[in-house]
Amino acid sequence: MPIQFILTLISGIFIGGVGGYLGTLMLSKKMSVVAGPLAHLALPGVALALIFGFSISLGAFPFVILGAILIWILEKKTKLPMENLAAIIFASGVGTALLILPIGKAEEALVGNITKITPQETLITVLLGLLVFYIIGRIYKKMMLMNIYEDVAVVEGVNTSLYNLLYLLIIAIVVALGVYLVGGLITAALIAVPAASAKNISKGLSGYKLAAVIFGAISAAGGIVIAKFVELPTGPLVIVFGAILFLISVVFHKKAY
Amino acid sequence: MNNALLEVENLNVALDGEKILENLSFQVEKGEILTVLGANGAGKSVLLRTLLNLLPHEGNIFWHQKQKVGYLPQGLNQLRVKNLPLTVSDFFGLKNQVPAEEEIKSFLKLVGLEEDILSKRAGSLSGGQFQRMLVAWVLISRPNVIFFDEPTTGIDIGGGETIYSLLHSIWEKEKLTIFLVTHDLNIVYKHSTNVLCLNRKGHYCFGAPKEILNPEMLKQIFGAEIKLYEHH
Repeated sequence: MPIQFILTLISGIFIGGVGGYLGTLMLSKKMSVVAGPLAHLALPGVALALIFGFSISLGAFPFVILGAILIWILEKKTKLPMENLAAIIFASGVGTALLILPIGKAEEALVGNITKITPQETLITVLLGLLVFYIIGRIYKKMMLMNIYEDVAVVEGVNTSLYNLLYLLIIAIVVALGVYLVGGLITAALIAVPAASAKNISKGLSGYKLAAVIFGAISAAGGIVIAKFVELPTGPLVIVFGAILFLISVVFHKKAY
Repeated sequence: MNNALLEVENLNVALDGEKILENLSFQVEKGEILTVLGANGAGKSVLLRTLLNLLPHEGNIFWHQKQKVGYLPQGLNQLRVKNLPLTVSDFFGLKNQVPAEEEIKSFLKLVGLEEDILSKRAGSLSGGQFQRMLVAWVLISRPNVIFFDEPTTGIDIGGGETIYSLLHSIWEKEKLTIFLVTHDLNIVYKHSTNVLCLNRKGHYCFGAPKEILNPEMLKQIFGAEIKLYEHH
């Protein structure tokens, strides 16, 4: 097996797995609408990276972090509904990207270029993946309680403002990594789809988390392997493969209680 | 010996520029059940949330000693966790300090639930079961103060009765202080030490239920004739 394929597979599995794990926290409506616009906000960064020839995650990351902090501040200040803020940020991100993106490079920005990942980038992806896994594990219970009822979380001693910020930063890292795998347009699916499939088949929390990580990793690996044999871009194949797993999970969906 | 737990002086709370509570003062002693009474929109939940330091306010809220607080808000019911892959056991696992399984079982028993409920999904419980589970969830941290905001919303009459009797028996055993919001006047008579009534015009009353709850006062609070049956 060529080394490039192995690197692609390793980073894909890490990004898919961590995306699935993060997705399990996106249960409330408020949270699930954040990942999409953040990913689109990555697009201008990706465009800049392609123009100046540096790594697209490196380009995406500052934009996504900035977007995360912007959403955090805007929500605190304006009290506008998250959906509203999301729409504004989504449009600005895509709009800016379309202004500066060289048309010849559009495909790479929109659907990713994981098959060109370098050994250094793979290493960074693996390390960041592990870090995010660790942080999500640490904040998981508290985030879940906040999702269910924020006031109760506050009374239980959770610093909700800090946790919201941490959470947005994690989304930013995962989105920046996701841009590698599937591009800036459909990154949100990387986070949303595996968790949805996992939710269909799990009764309790631990099974749900585990299933989402596995679904995420399998989607990534499946898409990458299929792309090796057919002449189609990897990113969209990863998402479509994940969507097929989702359909299968619907069939196996039982009332687990 | 001074038994005061909480002193509130000239409390003012405004939300989005609208005054909700104005110059409210009262005191709560250890071991009391204080019922907050009032029409919809009078600021009952706002008062509870303010006392919990969840809302900005002016005036003094002084707690004697640091209290261990439990809170059951009005909106937290089984619908909140419906369709979440979250068992009752997982739900207890969300606490800051995760209790041991044996302890959870004994608290479930205390609130009249079977232990096999632990492996059921929290969202699949009935309204009454979920409320009981929440009572256990709050009590297991051994708070000395509980805030209980309309615990029987959406529960049938019998279910509501048992929740209150349950709270009352735990209150007697554990020497808790309870802040209770309810519309149910019978409950007020049966279970509370003091009543604080709020109405939208900024009139307040405070005292033992038998002293202050007369038809005239109720008319002031709720704005309509209300028939009152005294219970003993």
